[in-house]
Amino acid sequence: MSTETLVGESKSAVRPAIVNDFSIQVATVNGSGSQSSNNVLMRSIFQMGVPVSGKNLFPSNIQGLPTWFTIRASKSSYVARKREVDLLVAMNPQTAREDVASLGPGAAVVYEETLGLEKTRSDLVFYPVPFSDLAKEVIDEVRLRKLLANMIYVGVVGHLLSIDKDEIHAAVEKQFKSKAKAVELNVKAVEIGFAYAEKHLTKSDPLRVERMDATGGKILIDGNAAGALGSMFAGVTVVTWYPITPSSSLVEQLIDYLKAYRIDEKTGKATFAVVQAEDELAAIGMVLGAAWAGARSMTSTSGPGISLMAEFVGLGYYAEIPAVIWDIQRVGPSTGLPTRTAQGDVLSTYLLSHGDTKHILLFPSSAEECFEFGGTAFDLAERFQTPIFVMSDLDLGMNIWMSDPFSYPDKPLDRGKILDAAALEKAKKFARYRDIDGDGIPYRTLPGTRHPLAAYFTRGSGHTADAEYSERPDVYQENLDRLARKFETARRYVPGPVTDEADGNEVGIIAFGTSHWAVLESRDQLRAEHDVSTSYLRIRALPFNDELAGFVERHERIYVVEQNRDAQMLQLVRMELAENAALVARLRSVLHYDGLPIDARSVTDEILRQERSKG
Amino acid sequence: MATTVDEAPASRKTNRIGLTQTDYKGKPSTLCKGCGHDSISSQLVKAFFEYGIEPHRVAKLSGIGCSSKTPAYFLNRSHGFNAVHGRMPSIATGCVLANRELIAVGVSGDGDTASIGIGQFVHLLRRNLPVVYIVENNGVYGLTKGQFSATADLGSKLKTGVSNDLPAIDLCGLAVELGATYVARSFAGDPKQVVALIQGAFGHSGTAVLDIISPCVTFNNHAGSTKSYTWGKDNEELIHEVDFIPHFEDIEVEYGEGEALSVELHDGSHIVLKKLERDYDPRNRRRAMELLAEAHEKQQFLTGLVYVDPKEKTFLDLLNLVDEPLATLSVERVRPPRSALEEIMETLA
Ligand SMILES: Cc1ncc(C[n+]2csc(CCOP(=O)(O)OP(=O)(O)O)c2C)c(N)n1
Ligand code: SF4
Repeated sequence: MSTETLVGESKSAVRPAIVNDFSIQVATVNGSGSQSSNNVLMRSIFQMGVPVSGKNLFPSNIQGLPTWFTIRASKSSYVARKREVDLLVAMNPQTAREDVASLGPGAAVVYEETLGLEKTRSDLVFYPVPFSDLAKEVIDEVRLRKLLANMIYVGVVGHLLSIDKDEIHAAVEKQFKSKAKAVELNVKAVEIGFAYAEKHLTKSDPLRVERMDATGGKILIDGNAAGALGSMFAGVTVVTWYPITPSSSLVEQLIDYLKAYRIDEKTGKATFAVVQAEDELAAIGMVLGAAWAGARSMTSTSGPGISLMAEFVGLGYYAEIPAVIWDIQRVGPSTGLPTRTAQGDVLSTYLLSHGDTKHILLFPSSAEECFEFGGTAFDLAERFQTPIFVMSDLDLGMNIWMSDPFSYPDKPLDRGKILDAAALEKAKKFARYRDIDGDGIPYRTLPGTRHPLAAYFTRGSGHTADAEYSERPDVYQENLDRLARKFETARRYVPGPVTDEADGNEVGIIAFGTSHWAVLESRDQLRAEHDVSTSYLRIRALPFNDELAGFVERHERIYVVEQNRDAQMLQLVRMELAENAALVARLRSVLHYDGLPIDARSVTDEILRQERSKG
Repeated sequence: MATTVDEAPASRKTNRIGLTQTDYKGKPSTLCKGCGHDSISSQLVKAFFEYGIEPHRVAKLSGIGCSSKTPAYFLNRSHGFNAVHGRMPSIATGCVLANRELIAVGVSGDGDTASIGIGQFVHLLRRNLPVVYIVENNGVYGLTKGQFSATADLGSKLKTGVSNDLPAIDLCGLAVELGATYVARSFAGDPKQVVALIQGAFGHSGTAVLDIISPCVTFNNHAGSTKSYTWGKDNEELIHEVDFIPHFEDIEVEYGEGEALSVELHDGSHIVLKKLERDYDPRNRRRAMELLAEAHEKQQFLTGLVYVDPKEKTFLDLLNLVDEPLATLSVERVRPPRSALEEIMETLA
């Protein structure tokens, strides 16, 4: 079957097959239950050994508005969004015409026959399918028919792309786990789709899936699940949250994992507390209260929640209390495009709150890093006694990524500088805010410590090294200077950048977070298509370390790629290098801020445009 | 002017754990002389001492305001946390979740609780978190110099002549309605009752709310429906020059169960206190609500234990937490084994 030639294409000459390198877009209506179909389709390609990634472009709506799911298959393991759609599954009558109009010439469309889309263009490949009629064959129940129509397109597309039917069946089983009835119905729907396509559709597009061996041992996971796992294996004990897309699924999945793995076997009791707080102010307050009392505590939110946390985060900074805050960034504000992705909270979070606050930020790029930073964040929070932000985004957090399995964290937990009763007894004295070690980080005691020296009074910044109340100018200034020293120490502790450099490259690229995947692909495009060889530095945390200046120094032109309008990271890089005007002059900006995940072609085009106009 | 809140002659008397009352003292207070808040601090010292609580087991928590400063003025040997305005409930929640062995004592003001913090207060009540929550209620914002708070009586006046057009929030009514399981009202100048109610709260396992009327000697010049106002306008202007803070002696009262007592405050205004009858049964929630409403109509402040439900599950019970503090569980108990991760990876492959 897979060897058939591409016959029946009337408009153009036979095109060479495109194997394992295309993107599928499924257009449906929100709330129509297409998510499981899309997962099955993606997973079956994955099981064929072909690298995949899945991105859900969904509206801020529960039911009725259009939604799109894109699956990219890439033999080269590119997982960024692909700008062009090669195969459209048009299941949404509302948007079908527009969806079809946006396709490039030669793309294929699978659609409900009655929509008559074939009349709208002559340069596409059309596969009409009578989905509603076919669904009647699966089940009588009207309510379920719509759902199962979605599984029918999986069968149709499976046949068109030569996906092994057994792999689809296996994916259905995985999706519906042990629910036998659901498995049976869905398999039936897939079969009907397959059979229909076999009998009635003539393969006229060049797209095909062929088995390869690039996904063995890999997992499929979203960044929020990865962050949840990272937090659980880092020993989180207090979790607070207030629901907000795209961060809710982090805590929701964490709750599931905690219930499964963190109930004490002997007593049946929980080694964790999860609280759905009344708002984000309370969520961060609980985190600080718990961390002050010694628990590894965290919360997860998005931009609007971060704004509400501002005052408390300032207190956390000055009073030196650990906290882990996940910011799954999205487009702002709440009545903006709340279900679209962005990297727009960089500046505001870095400097969140009042006075001279600045914070440690971690930027995971992958599911693996979400897992890893889940632990790193706690170690840093407790080591530095300060709020730590993990800056993920909607694309990373809610979309599905292929990943190596996570490795078990063997390292002991870093609980930081805590003096217990025995240590106090030995030390004979204790001053909460004294810089004993010269790294700006003081020692702390936990409430409940049974020792006469243990107690101290926590308040913002108006305190002496002994934690006594003071408004003396010199005392305040010393305190602020020590906090700055502590921040300097952090430069050496936070995850350093990852670089890929070659001698003689004039062009350097700086990126972070999910922009990484578009940059990886763009660098290949620049090299292969335009003979531009680039170096790359991927930022993984703020504050920067010294590698940044060196990287900029070794390249003529540096492009900072990010997903916001105001070049927020570029501003911070400028601040960092401010004393060296020559270096600052090398910095350029590539921006993407339309709410969709950044794609490689946009990066390539923009870098080339600026390269050509360099003068 | 710094004064130590408890000026009773140092006594050698020790409590059941061998500590003297001095061991429960705090730093010298920086509040105005005669401020009701200082009386409450003294009574906290006495209550802790008499109850024989180990200071290291106590966590003192507060928001922002004159009242919220007071945790520095009692129990030096306990950890304290002066947080942000109105958000002490969330700090208390986190703290108790992290270490359930701690005795959390929260101190707040009426501004701190009834305005900026009412959201967190309400949800704390709902959760029945184990905490002793004291509101030092003076009807004004002391620390920001005398603006109305949401517990100011309807019709009371600021020294600028501005009158309060909004009804007062009754914190006890709110607490009973929304789930607190120990609700009491008292007057800072009635040390016996305050100490007894605080000690009762120590013995209670859920949320204990103590709404304690605590006159602000500097800004509480109300003339209102529940307090008779007897101070001449001329006089008022004279002694309330902004930078002149008169020194007042603490007010102390003693009155029996079932009795009503009119107390003259520092500015000459009066407050009518009514102590609950001896045979009043505080376990009836509906009766408690009625009683508060009746007292309100009669323009009386009902004092005593208004409501108690010792059986209701606390937030810790609902969360089914392990018996030990979460904060100090060993890594073996909080990091699932390698096999767990492998199992999870398997489901995602
Ligand atoms: C976010 C915020 N807003 C405003 C303030 C200013 N502020 C400090 S104390 C206070 C009122 C305190 O009143 P109350 O809680 O009744 O305490 P009191 O001083 O009367 O004891 C206000 C508004 C603040 N500290 N923080
Ligand atoms: S201003 Fe009022 S509340 Fe504040 S310390 Fe003075 S008397 Fe007490």
